[in-house]
Amino acid sequence: MKFHTITLNINGNNRVVTVRSADTLLYALRGKLGLTGSKPGCLNGDCGACTVNLDGWPMKSCLMLAVEAIGKKVTTIEGLQNAPIQQAFVENFAFQCGYCTPGFIMNCHSLIEQHPDADDEKIKEWLESNICRCTGYAEIERAVKSVLKKNRVP
Amino acid sequence: MEVIGKSVIRKEALEKVTGRAKYTNDYHSVSMLSGHKVISPFGHAKIVDIDTEEAWKVPGVHAILAGNHYPLTGEAIRDRPVIAVDKVRYHGEVVALVVADSPEQAKTAGDLIKVQYELLPVVNSPTQAFQKDAPLVHERLGEYKKEEDSHPVPDTNIATHIKIRKGNMEKGWSESDTVVEATFSFAPSDHAAMETRCATAEIMPDGNIIIMTSSQAPFMVKRLISDYFGEDLGKIIVHTPFVGGAYGGKAPVQLEILAYLASKEVGGKPVKIFNTREEDIITSPCHIGLDATVKLGADRNGKIRAAEIQHLWDGGAYSDKAIDVTRSGAVDCTGPYNIENVWCDSYCMYTNHPYASPFRGFSHSELSFVIERTMDLLAQKLNMDPLELRYINAIRPGNTTPTRVRLNKSNLGNLPKCIEKVREIFNWDEGPVKEINERFIRVKGVSCSWKTSTIDTNAPSGAIITFNKDGSLNLMTGVIEIGTGTKTVLAQILAERLKMDVDKIHVRMEVDTQTMPEHFKTVASRGTFMAGRAVLNAADDVINQLKEVAACALRAPKEDLEVADSRVFLRDDPAIGLHFKEVGYGYTYPNGNAIGGQIIGRGKYILRHLTHLDPETGAGKPGPEWSVAAYGVEVEFDRRDYTYRVVKACTVVDIGKVLNEKAALGQVMGAMSMGIAFASRETFYFDELGRVLNPQLRTYRPLRYGENPEYLVGFVETPQLDSPYGARGVGEFGLMGMPGALGNALSVAAGVSLNHLPLIPELIWKAKEGET
Amino acid sequence: MLPFDFDYYKPETLKEAVDLFQYLDQQGNQPMFFSGGTELITLGRIDLAYTDAVIDIKDIAESKVMKVSGDHLILGSTLSLTEIEEANLFPLLTKTASEIADHTARGKITLGGNICAQIFYREAVLPFLLADSQVLIIGPEGKKVIPINEIFHEQLRLKRGEFLVQLATDSRFITAPFISIKRRQQWDTGYPLITIAALKTGQELRVAISGLCPFPFRSKEVESVLNNIEMSLEARVQGAIELVPDPILDDVEGSAEYRLFVLQNLFYDVLARLER
Repeated sequence: MKFHTITLNINGNNRVVTVRSADTLLYALRGKLGLTGSKPGCLNGDCGACTVNLDGWPMKSCLMLAVEAIGKKVTTIEGLQNAPIQQAFVENFAFQCGYCTPGFIMNCHSLIEQHPDADDEKIKEWLESNICRCTGYAEIERAVKSVLKKNRVP
Repeated sequence: MEVIGKSVIRKEALEKVTGRAKYTNDYHSVSMLSGHKVISPFGHAKIVDIDTEEAWKVPGVHAILAGNHYPLTGEAIRDRPVIAVDKVRYHGEVVALVVADSPEQAKTAGDLIKVQYELLPVVNSPTQAFQKDAPLVHERLGEYKKEEDSHPVPDTNIATHIKIRKGNMEKGWSESDTVVEATFSFAPSDHAAMETRCATAEIMPDGNIIIMTSSQAPFMVKRLISDYFGEDLGKIIVHTPFVGGAYGGKAPVQLEILAYLASKEVGGKPVKIFNTREEDIITSPCHIGLDATVKLGADRNGKIRAAEIQHLWDGGAYSDKAIDVTRSGAVDCTGPYNIENVWCDSYCMYTNHPYASPFRGFSHSELSFVIERTMDLLAQKLNMDPLELRYINAIRPGNTTPTRVRLNKSNLGNLPKCIEKVREIFNWDEGPVKEINERFIRVKGVSCSWKTSTIDTNAPSGAIITFNKDGSLNLMTGVIEIGTGTKTVLAQILAERLKMDVDKIHVRMEVDTQTMPEHFKTVASRGTFMAGRAVLNAADDVINQLKEVAACALRAPKEDLEVADSRVFLRDDPAIGLHFKEVGYGYTYPNGNAIGGQIIGRGKYILRHLTHLDPETGAGKPGPEWSVAAYGVEVEFDRRDYTYRVVKACTVVDIGKVLNEKAALGQVMGAMSMGIAFASRETFYFDELGRVLNPQLRTYRPLRYGENPEYLVGFVETPQLDSPYGARGVGEFGLMGMPGALGNALSVAAGVSLNHLPLIPELIWKAKEGET
Repeated sequence: MLPFDFDYYKPETLKEAVDLFQYLDQQGNQPMFFSGGTELITLGRIDLAYTDAVIDIKDIAESKVMKVSGDHLILGSTLSLTEIEEANLFPLLTKTASEIADHTARGKITLGGNICAQIFYREAVLPFLLADSQVLIIGPEGKKVIPINEIFHEQLRLKRGEFLVQLATDSRFITAPFISIKRRQQWDTGYPLITIAALKTGQELRVAISGLCPFPFRSKEVESVLNNIEMSLEARVQGAIELVPDPILDDVEGSAEYRLFVLQNLFYDVLARLER
């Protein structure tokens, strides 16, 4: 079948969409569900602007077919509600143009969930998956560390 | 100062961290058609035939644009076909445009278009372009329409030639005991904004042309489409929502024209033209390359007496904005040093490369690299501390620029102070070299830069302020929010002048050219200065109107009134007064009578005293002021592998006045990061056919998290008297000095003069190998 | 955006997958096994990959295995590189795999997908070449187990309709001393200039290399020179360099000459680390 009507669990809701087999998850999110927070930056898995959270882990939604997401829990930037990392990005001026921001936040958010004790090396390993062309990364580092540090306080 | 200087949270912060901020490509309607560009696979080739027959058979195809002679386009010289005809001049040039229901259909059809090419000899560098027998990129250069201050030379590849002739060269050289000369080069590269360019167009039954575009220059889109195609200016309405990074790359007008023509071809239906990353890198304008020669002469005290400079800019296949970049490179060619005798020839060369557009710094990071490397060579030859050499030659009030503008304390920042501060925070006096072990060494390099913004002499800006009934204000300007936070800074400027809470000022983020006052372009760090002046002007207008209404309502002379805290009140008895909500929409007396009406503040600004340059000597006033900065870069260098890590990067910039501290720091650090990437890794690799071999972000590599150095940023505050609160442009500094400082550090570390970019380990290895 | 359409199947058993492939193949469709699928998606959009039918094998139980069975570690081909790194059952593999692409992408890239990739670096294979691992392959002729060094020459020599299911590695290699170094042009993620992985078993040094040639390799000849302790260190390194296969890559990541310079220092680093 070249077309499929599928149910995707997006931000806690079951959404029914009709997609081509060849449609990426990014395309389905933006084009079929109007969730334009995930951004196309390269459509090639290189920049991370389309990063979403899939079953708790970061995923570049341009590297995944929509049909592959059946049965998975997808969280997009629109599904984050007052997450500490969002506030930290605001306070630390960790964005400028804002285009890479949703992807960066989703990756940071996944990192904080999976590795609340992440050290510098772990943070770098995860966050080097995204490109921010505006900041020099110092503010993003400060933002993510501020949340990790808060979490560490018992 | 209540608001100025504070790190006010950006007005669009919540939209941007929740994914709700919308960019051009986020707007899509069911009826919107998709355009797909068929691009040239070669750098230079004759188009023998274009066969679209198979492509037309693809379902969903509405139009195929190919082979038509549309009016030529181009800002300084009309040399560029919108869609290539007869021949292609660069890899990535658009040869056909397919319009279809969906992007897949458009691409499927595009892949079926058969274009037959006949290869032509490729001009693969500006130096090659400059040779007498070089193949011509434009055979009919002499016939193109052009602006008055473009100086193309027919039957050559010279798109323009800017001359600077200041002082007496013979005298300069005769006073010089020490002379150094070196040549430099780097290929074009890319802006790599995370949002690729996108434009949509729709033509309404009444002839209104509605365009949405990720542009730094929506008002230019309006003007140029009118100029090129004879459309009524007032019928062209351009919308620009948030822009996902620009850095100069979104100042040229390109996709908008394709979208307009495509919509016209399909009866006015809306059409979207979206760049893939690959197209954004090669099809749309890139960061200019340069081949340069610099010769400096100094007396025995290290005072520079003469400078002779040749720039061969790689303008690429079409001149567009490269001509302005060339001029800008000439006017500040010496760097921020006081030199009485200057000779500069700055040529904009046509090549078979992607065409160039401004890049953050507008020629100044490029010219700074070649000057600052030469400064270090001079310091070496003079056996002088490189920072000291810069200090004693630093440009100061009373000196003149290469185009003979006399400088003063207001139109020039304080470079000696910046240098002093670098010396301090970069710990320069501990010495530039630190041995770690026999393999690793830490080395510091320094540089300086300056810049004036050579924008149109009559460039306008404007601002409109309206009131809400709760007494809050709306601020509208034509400045685009490209990421710099300028819209928030403008709100701070307004809040400061009205002495009110900045949270009570609402900022319109999206720009449209129909309802908002024109702001020239969001380029050249002019947003804060020009729009800031317009905002102050509008604020004064608002204050005056508030006082007029209040004077009547309060039965007091206008001069006795004061405006602060969203109130207008008696200076000597603040308890007597009115809140904005009582006067913003006029004042209503208890009996129902009303006076005044809603207050609409208007403000404008136009640059003053700018002139064109004398074509023979370059004399003239190209920009309003010269900002300055000093820099340092520290590397840890591996003497075995020739690899290195940038440990620290330092910038001290004379910012005039810090308006929003965190925003300013962010601008400087971000610029440093971009400058380090430009200097150390980013370039296009061309093959012999002029093809760009690395048009993806996996082979074209911006800096990533953790690859950045520790940033040291310092500010000097020498007010520019005619600027809002004395502020100077800051968004481009940070970048300009990085290539020079990095090149200087690595040249010392490797013990070989490194004159090319990017400074990858292989380049250093080659330079060392070449030595032995 | 992939411009072409294809059918999508997600078989649950090995047999189903193999039969489906054969069936589709006979129908004249062009089927493709798909686990992470990142290459189809990224190369497909620039017309460098194509299929009429995707057979997604990542939900087949055997291909998702990660377990120690007796003396062997069994790794399924559709495990993502991230899963392998997080479990860290084979430290040399963890280290080598963790340098591929970037962290988020490795959540999608699979072990089998990387080893069988069209993009020629295939760095995940290096540890298995060094450890003389066994591969389990399924195809129209059924299952077969083959030493990887017999079937991996530049790439995994699969017959039409076959795919990689598992890799089995003897635990004595898993605990052996190793080093894995990735050198890139000028950055910390992405394609290599050269990736070298080395392992020491007893007194014998083994090396496998990616990024030097347009294929990964382990060379017995190179190893024998490096292991010849009769020779001086310099002579061994120079000798090894002379024995690396042709052609040496010469591309935007680096010139052939520079790659050899880098390789030379990498050999010194490997010897210094493992010859103590």
